[in-house]
Amino acid sequence: MEFFRIKNDIPFMRHALKFNIISLLTFLLAVFFLFAKGLHLSVEFTGGTLIEVRYEQAADLEKIRGALGKAGFTDYAVQNFGSSQDVMIRLPLKAEQKADQIGEQVMNALASEAPGGKQQRVEFVGPQVGKELAENGAMALLVVIVGIVIYLAFRFEWRFSVSAIIANLHDVIIILGFFAAFQWEFSLSVLAAVLAVLGYSVNESVVVFDRVRETFKKTRGLTTPQVLDHAITSTISRTIITHGSTQLMVLSMLVFGGETLYYFSLALTIGICFGIYSSVLVASPLVMWLGVSREQFIAKQKKTIEGMTDDGACV
Amino acid sequence: MNRYPLWKYLTVAIALVLGFIYTLPNFFGESPAVQVSSAKATIKVDDKARARVEETLKSAAIGHDGIVLDSVGVKARFKDTDTQLKAKDLLEKTFNPDVADPQYVVALNLLSASPQWLTNLHALPMYLGLDLRGGVHFLLQVDMKGALTKRLDATAGDLRTTLRDKNVRHAGLSREGERLVVRFRDAETRSKARNAITDAQPDLQLGEQGEGSDLKLVATLKPEAQKKIGEFALKQNITTLHNRINELGVAEPVIQQQGADRIVVQLPGVQDTAKAKDILGRTATLEIRMVDDSPGGLDAALAGNAPFGTEVYNERGGQPLLVKKQVVLTGDRLTDAQPGFDNQTQEPAVHLTLDSAGARIFRDVTRENVGKRMAILLIEKGKGEVVTAPVIRTEIGGGRVQISGRMSTSEANDTALLLRAGSLAAPMDIVEERTIGPSLGAENIKKGFQSTMWGFAAIALFMLVYYQIFGLISALALAANLLFLVALLSLLQATLTLPGIAAIALTLGMAIDANVLINERIREELRVGMPPQAAIAEGYERAFGTILDSNITTLIAGLALLLFGSGPVRGFAVVHCLGILTSIFSSIVVSRALVNLIYGRQKKLTKVAIGQIWKPGNSATVNAEK
Repeated sequence: MEFFRIKNDIPFMRHALKFNIISLLTFLLAVFFLFAKGLHLSVEFTGGTLIEVRYEQAADLEKIRGALGKAGFTDYAVQNFGSSQDVMIRLPLKAEQKADQIGEQVMNALASEAPGGKQQRVEFVGPQVGKELAENGAMALLVVIVGIVIYLAFRFEWRFSVSAIIANLHDVIIILGFFAAFQWEFSLSVLAAVLAVLGYSVNESVVVFDRVRETFKKTRGLTTPQVLDHAITSTISRTIITHGSTQLMVLSMLVFGGETLYYFSLALTIGICFGIYSSVLVASPLVMWLGVSREQFIAKQKKTIEGMTDDGACV
Repeated sequence: MNRYPLWKYLTVAIALVLGFIYTLPNFFGESPAVQVSSAKATIKVDDKARARVEETLKSAAIGHDGIVLDSVGVKARFKDTDTQLKAKDLLEKTFNPDVADPQYVVALNLLSASPQWLTNLHALPMYLGLDLRGGVHFLLQVDMKGALTKRLDATAGDLRTTLRDKNVRHAGLSREGERLVVRFRDAETRSKARNAITDAQPDLQLGEQGEGSDLKLVATLKPEAQKKIGEFALKQNITTLHNRINELGVAEPVIQQQGADRIVVQLPGVQDTAKAKDILGRTATLEIRMVDDSPGGLDAALAGNAPFGTEVYNERGGQPLLVKKQVVLTGDRLTDAQPGFDNQTQEPAVHLTLDSAGARIFRDVTRENVGKRMAILLIEKGKGEVVTAPVIRTEIGGGRVQISGRMSTSEANDTALLLRAGSLAAPMDIVEERTIGPSLGAENIKKGFQSTMWGFAAIALFMLVYYQIFGLISALALAANLLFLVALLSLLQATLTLPGIAAIALTLGMAIDANVLINERIREELRVGMPPQAAIAEGYERAFGTILDSNITTLIAGLALLLFGSGPVRGFAVVHCLGILTSIFSSIVVSRALVNLIYGRQKKLTKVAIGQIWKPGNSATVNAEK
């Protein structure tokens, strides 16, 4: 079986400008949502209490809300979690309440108004911890970006490393944009997924760039866009199969992983889909705009061995 | 060209065997057990306790699957949870006849059910995190400011004594926030005081302020001293927590320092958060009272009519003691208790330090009661115990008290520990809490397992159909990767959480990339007409650099998560990083070994089963297997 039967190189670069405009628009849209709606941060970041309760029958959310209201809670959020029997209650941090007793208070309140619930999980995060987690998350993102830029600059060239990181940050912003637009919950595990995607997507660019370098060295007389077209075309089959395989795994998590892994795998799904797009159609045009050319690869070799021909052969 | 030397095959084979051995315990699972360990520092669990457990179970005709003694305590294994619960109740009754004063911790536990030879190899099942087995997790923040204030209050008392001893007249000494301020009327006295304080209190940093007749000496704790106090407070709190958690009967509690001022407490299997919190937050109080040694008093009290204003408490040895109800001092006034030796007699002793107010009261009381005994009581949950009841020999001023005589070194240690356990060195707050029910834990395992299994099956099927024999090899390499990863996690006993399982799945999904790269490359070489053997060699060769590059970028992300992540993210990062390492080995070395084994020997290889190869420029497709 073979999916890809491509006779000639696909002229991706001819449409480079179009792709870049599309990317820019999606990017701006994502940024717009991030600013307009903001991320729906989970309790881990904002601090607060989260209680998961399971009922034998379908839970009556209205009754639960009533019970919480009667018990004097405010700003609570009650929603189903995965199934109609599971209920998730979120409470914000309140200075006047003794934070470490909220769990019991809630269960007491429920016991009288909406009995039959069994506490499955309680999560309480204090304000200081939440702030630290957010800071550490930002720090991790920064380290990943810097680490990858340095590695790629060392392995390839600054033009490649800059384009790769721009392309992949564009992915990250788009994932965040999705989470903001749909107000999906952004938790620590989603952050882990985002960072994992960042590392993974860079692979794509690496594979394409590897080919670009190889093509520059091996063949003569091709223009830069042609080289890029060739590199993308010859790796596209691998790109799609790899991502497809990873996506199979992520899909399995999306289906079988339950509510806890849902947003994690959702973030991965968006990341993988945009990863294909951006590494091929964003990173490569960027490299072109930044002015990559054959000389940058050949010059290096000339320095190393005297009398070498352009093909890299020497006598 | 596609042959491995023998040692390479052997390496792969050994790696696979080791991987298999260390993965094996995960299939045996865990069997229910009851664990008996010591609840007090003075009680050692030894072979005798083991024999006692065996005896007890035998007499009640409760069958067990083996009893072992290890560094933690005696562990007895049972067939099912019913027997386990029955045995626990029985052992609880036998080992702790007095419910109010437990000597042992009898707790439910799970033991690896794999055969002994595996356990001897340290092959244990993966260590499951709380989100998979259920339990409570607390993050406690130690109030360092509180510890420092306490210390400054104590130092204030010391300074007063020092200045009085040196005959330096000051116009008042007080604590203002985090500093001590001593006022003076003239500069000469101040410099005298400064010298005296510098000699007596090396931990203090002194500064001069004020002018005219209102001169001040401002003392703050040196940063090193502050750090030391903080560390001490943290250690102290951890010790105290250990003692208290023993009461809960938790088999494998985790109590660890996190960062400079936090303590993590994890109690697997505990569901009753209210009780756990109560125990963590409880402060035992320490009280110093006078002993009533009047003749006949104790006998009367034991007979049921204690003299007015007295009550009976037991000493730790079990002897009753008649103690006055009036409290002389409480534990709040005690700032430190350390075991040591008497300066003159070299007998083991306990050194107590009282704060200024405490020191004053103590001096007055001792002056009036020379020759009498005083009792130091530890009161917890409304139940008191006499820690020690020394005789007062002379008036004791200055707040430094030494208890000595008739004490062994280990007794001195225990007493000091108990005295300190009386109160936490610094107040603590719960800043993070996570409780997971056991059924939710089991569900999480199921979900994580299913995700991985179906994802793996889907990938393997696809690879098989798309790349045929090479697909099979890729799938086998992926299976080897899973084997190595699970074995490594079991061997390192790294905590496996649900995000960790997600990382296993994701790592497998990403690891296949390497094999896709290799297979595509081989197809490409075949497409340009290279003979199969050369194409295989070339494919692996060329793909190697790319695989390395892409794994390193992924690893950078993984390491950043490991460095900055906490809680669930760290669980994810550990598995992710390990998975990247195992996947490099399995996708390159293991798969190549398989390919070499299958194709390497055939000298005239004309076809390889890597799926259809389509050659451009040729309208008819060329089947590689033709």
